[in-house]
Amino acid sequence: MVNTQLHTRDSILQILSVICDPEIPVVSIQEMGILRDVIVHDNVCEIIITPTYTGCPAMGIIEADIQSTLHHAGIDEVKVTTVYTPAWTTDWMTESTKEKLQKFGIAAPVHSHCMDWSKPEQHAVICPLCHAEDTQIISHFGSTACKALYKCNVCKEPFDYFKCH
Amino acid sequence: MTKQQALYKYLLRLGDNPLILGHRLSEWCSRGPILEEDLALTNIALDNIGRAQAFLKYAAEVEGLGKTADDLAYKRDERSFYNNLIAELPIGDFAYTIARQLLIAVFEQLQFTDLSKSSNETIAGIAAKSLKEVRYHVAHARDWCYRLGKGTEESHNRLQRAFNELWMYTGELFEMYDEDVILVFDGVAGDLNTLKIQYYDAVQKILNDSNIQIPVVDYMQTGSRKGIHTEYLGHILAEMQYLQRAYPDATW
Ligand SMILES: [Zn+2]
Repeated sequence: MVNTQLHTRDSILQILSVICDPEIPVVSIQEMGILRDVIVHDNVCEIIITPTYTGCPAMGIIEADIQSTLHHAGIDEVKVTTVYTPAWTTDWMTESTKEKLQKFGIAAPVHSHCMDWSKPEQHAVICPLCHAEDTQIISHFGSTACKALYKCNVCKEPFDYFKCH
Repeated sequence: MTKQQALYKYLLRLGDNPLILGHRLSEWCSRGPILEEDLALTNIALDNIGRAQAFLKYAAEVEGLGKTADDLAYKRDERSFYNNLIAELPIGDFAYTIARQLLIAVFEQLQFTDLSKSSNETIAGIAAKSLKEVRYHVAHARDWCYRLGKGTEESHNRLQRAFNELWMYTGELFEMYDEDVILVFDGVAGDLNTLKIQYYDAVQKILNDSNIQIPVVDYMQTGSRKGIHTEYLGHILAEMQYLQRAYPDATW
């Protein structure tokens, strides 16, 4: 049973706000736009999530984290539902989320409207380490599906760029 | 063929292509020519497996026999797989893998653009999601075509040979079968004939820009819409399905 007196959509969102993206531990799944909604039914609490990429291997961990976090808060009947619509986009990230990524060493994505999809590398990516604009792409596919690999021509360091999606 | 049977088979087609191609691409894990390509090809493999899961999960729901996506992936026989033949061919050399990626990704970009407008909301949702990923697959394969095609004599010749060998497998991408006729009528599936001109235009432009000749073939391979495959699919399934066949319903 979900005690609807004790637990509302907002209070559950609050509980879930501690769960971080397993691959980027400085941002929460809410800030990433993975956590879409909470629906409090009479007998079950339904958590709606969406994958960043269809094959994102972190989804299993995220689901387990949601289950255990809510169990610790005394909510046992939890159902996690994965949806594909609306398709996840990096445009959902707020400016403060992008700042957290930058500080963590990951260059933040540009807005999808700024992209020329036939030439995904044709826009300026700023080095998150020394803030130089003179950077170059090494590969569209980095350490995870959501990131590309860049290098800075000024400080010479390689860095991850969160791909616009 | 009922509408339900048509939808089920169509979803198997949409799921089997990325399942088999994803399996093939994963063979590059630890064998990429450079580390970045090892990562790229296996990332693309992951996108494919994710999409296969999404379509096969929905196929299992439509079938209505209580199966899961895993049941459909691991417990179906060769003759009930409907992936296009081009997806199951061995990985060959790097040029061959890149040529295949280009021929498939350009098709998928057109197909998912079309299917994101499907009257079936689940198909439209998965298509819209996949389209975002496929855009990067196209850019990846295209950029490698430029490099290999305009690289050394060796890289050029290998890429040309790969396209020469693969070209006869492109006709099948556009074959319309019983399920297409039923589903196109309801706006669930797209009419593949309408994509053909755009497809060959797009591929030819990239080949021209890579100094690669457009291959000329006498005939196109066919069979997958009926579940008839090359000798290679059985070998993939033997490896992919081994564990679930030997130890049914094993979990860990
Ligand atoms: Zn720098």
